[in-house]
Amino acid sequence: MPGLNTSSTADISFMLLIFFLTTTSMDTDAGLARTLPKPPEENQENVEMKVKERNILNIRVNKDNMVMMGDAYPTLDEIKERAKEFIKNEKNDPHMPELVPEKIKYLGRTVLITKNHVISVQTDRGTDYGVYILVQDALISAYNELRNEFALAEFGHAYEFCNDDEKKAIREIYPQKISEAEPKKYGQAL
Amino acid sequence: MSRFNKDGGREMPEMNTSSLPDLIFTILFFFMMVTSMREVTMMVKVVKPKATQIEKLARKSCTSFIYIGQPTDMLKSQYGSGTRIQLNDRYAEVSEVYDFVNADRNSMAESDKAFYTVSLKVDQRTPMGIVTDVKQVLRKAFALKIVYSSEKAK
Repeated sequence: MPGLNTSSTADISFMLLIFFLTTTSMDTDAGLARTLPKPPEENQENVEMKVKERNILNIRVNKDNMVMMGDAYPTLDEIKERAKEFIKNEKNDPHMPELVPEKIKYLGRTVLITKNHVISVQTDRGTDYGVYILVQDALISAYNELRNEFALAEFGHAYEFCNDDEKKAIREIYPQKISEAEPKKYGQAL
Repeated sequence: MSRFNKDGGREMPEMNTSSLPDLIFTILFFFMMVTSMREVTMMVKVVKPKATQIEKLARKSCTSFIYIGQPTDMLKSQYGSGTRIQLNDRYAEVSEVYDFVNADRNSMAESDKAFYTVSLKVDQRTPMGIVTDVKQVLRKAFALKIVYSSEKAK
């Protein structure tokens, strides 16, 4: 009995391979992770959160995609630098968020942190999503740079090489507080 | 003398290709493992925004995708060029997102529900209004973990 001719098995498996290559997608999804606030309760719909003026950093983007911060039109790098200054408030500036002493368990000492600060990004309904993401990205990189600086100063290595406890301590010191403000309609809607 | 006979016994032997199928199968299995089936056909054109501070999506299996953008060129003649929301394989209204999210979450294992994430794949030219409307619905549906899907900026 002659052996089974298997020379075409390669062709068959090639066909399968090509089928899978065309029907699958390699792309792993990545993006800016964010947690939305809980929905407002029915009965307290109009209760505005009272936040002190000095604790808020307002960033507005209008329908023509112009970014405004305070009363200036900053570039993305300026947004990042201003946000870093704001979150840190090294000199205890009265116009920047108040410093609250907070005991960090892992470090075993009390650190002054701007616990109550909020960065609010307000967009118009006509603002491009791309511009919104650019602003968000600048803000997140401000937080990440601050965390990294702290990690280097405190633990001697970058944030990404910290262990979970260290990361948690740093996140307590620089909590990420970007408000997902509800949009207001200033200009022309859709 | 037959000792100097040129012909016979000195031909190049055939290459043994019997292990070639195994080789290809290995590649096949590799690709089957690292890739996932394309879930939906895109009915909207999405050019993702670029960002530098992106994180990889932790678990693809506990994620729902919402696509927002203009209809693809093929569908433009039929649906116009207004911004649309795509859920699974069809266009949907903002209000339908609520049911979509709940249905998707309920189909998951109980242990996965805590990691439930919604990935917003939104075209960068989309006006924020529709994105915000979707976000408000997601809040109502208690799908609070979201990812703004973006591409890595160089």
